[in-house]
Amino acid sequence: MDKILETLKGLWTDSGFYLFFVGDGWKSLVMIAVACVLLYLGIKKKFEPLLLVGIAFGCLLTNLPGAGLYHMELWDEFLNESSPYFHSYGRILREGGLIDILYIGVKAGVYPSLIFIGVGAMTDFGPLIANPKSFFLGAAAQFGVFFAFFGAVLLGFTGPAAAAIGIIGGADGPTSILTATLLAPALLGPIAIAAYSYMALIPMIQPPIMRLLTTEKERAVKMEQLREVSKTEKIVFPIVVAAFVILLLPSTAPLIGCLMFGNLLRETGVTERLSDVAQNALMNIVTLFLGISVGATTVASRFLTIETLKIVALGLIAFCFSTIGGLLVGKLMYKLSGGKINPLIGAAGVSAVPMAARVAQVEGQKANPSNFLLMHAMGPNVAGVIGSAIAAGFLIKVFGA
Amino acid sequence: MAIKMNVGEALIDAVMGYAIVFLGIALLVLVVALVGKAMTAKAAKPLHAAPAPAPAPVQEPPKPTAPGAAGDLKLYDTPDRDAAMIMAIVADELKIPINELRFISIREVHRK
Repeated sequence: MDKILETLKGLWTDSGFYLFFVGDGWKSLVMIAVACVLLYLGIKKKFEPLLLVGIAFGCLLTNLPGAGLYHMELWDEFLNESSPYFHSYGRILREGGLIDILYIGVKAGVYPSLIFIGVGAMTDFGPLIANPKSFFLGAAAQFGVFFAFFGAVLLGFTGPAAAAIGIIGGADGPTSILTATLLAPALLGPIAIAAYSYMALIPMIQPPIMRLLTTEKERAVKMEQLREVSKTEKIVFPIVVAAFVILLLPSTAPLIGCLMFGNLLRETGVTERLSDVAQNALMNIVTLFLGISVGATTVASRFLTIETLKIVALGLIAFCFSTIGGLLVGKLMYKLSGGKINPLIGAAGVSAVPMAARVAQVEGQKANPSNFLLMHAMGPNVAGVIGSAIAAGFLIKVFGA
Repeated sequence: MAIKMNVGEALIDAVMGYAIVFLGIALLVLVVALVGKAMTAKAAKPLHAAPAPAPAPVQEPPKPTAPGAAGDLKLYDTPDRDAAMIMAIVADELKIPINELRFISIREVHRK
């Protein structure tokens, strides 16, 4: 009888249910609730579901006590310079769980770069080539990055952490993940969740700011049709941009190099199979691994802190100020062009492609039903991807040492 | 232990970072514009160099709006039936209702 009771007791004390009531176990329950909210937002509200569902499920798995799929302590030692296991992938492979092994792809910066190959393969840079002035709107919309960076320093974050938080304003998930991995790995979970949540909320965040900063007359401006871009120009573009930007700022190499490689696959016309794989199979597989492993970093003891709330607030500020930056330079271009440029396309300079361009289209059409800004807004939109990669490259260079 | 950053230093980094993004983009605009100019000039060159240039294509008279089109869709060498099919396919591919799309013109491309 004692043997049976002892066995049952052992089973109970080993179970995750028991661990919920030991020490800080209740925090895991809170995180499971957070995971369920994220799953609801991803599935029901369709907030960036391809990534948010994976992140939410990773969050759920990592906070089930005793599951042992992700071991934060292994990664703490991996990052600790005084530990014998500093940068020891061997130990992770030997002692880690499934998600620890998948997380190596995040840690090594492989997943964000592979995603950028897919993004490049899906992006048509034609509108940007046709109107290179759009590049400036993509640069202007990085205002939120540096504003939030400064705000984060004021709130007491260290330089590298502030830089990783600021890049949320670039509205570019893979760039945020790569920057956070390199500069502030402990903040990766909240930063990724904030970045993807706000990207999904762009149709709610941007329109009030757009209407506040532009007049009805400005929003109603119809832009001239873009010139036709030749096939050769489209092929030369990724080669020139990759070479030029990487030479200028070598730390952008993983992002810009992969983005432009993907785009070259798309445009050459002789690598259709590779382009197809990059756009579909590769993108989907990497998104799957990225989502679940980033979600797994949201361990209760690290996530349920005041810092997370600060990151969520700073992320929103970053998005708003990026939109403001784009719109203000859009207004400047409107004045300089004698009213030929619709300033709304400036808001599309935040890189969330193609969501931000669609918002510009919708707002433009509200002011003038015959207005079609989508292609014009795609220029700044894809320029924003390059702009945020340059901003990230700068921050990695300054704070990565 | 990570060191907190000086506010003044952070401000300088923020301003400098934003300036670097603009500078990098400005240089990129210059490069892309130059490459674009070189490409378009190269593409235009054979036309100017031709000893006896072919007579300029006669400007087609403005086409009447396609019957039943909502807006000002113009068809060039495209039968109504094909145009309707193209528009339906585009709407289906984009997953956007056809009445929310605007087609300006449809032209058949003749391969040389």
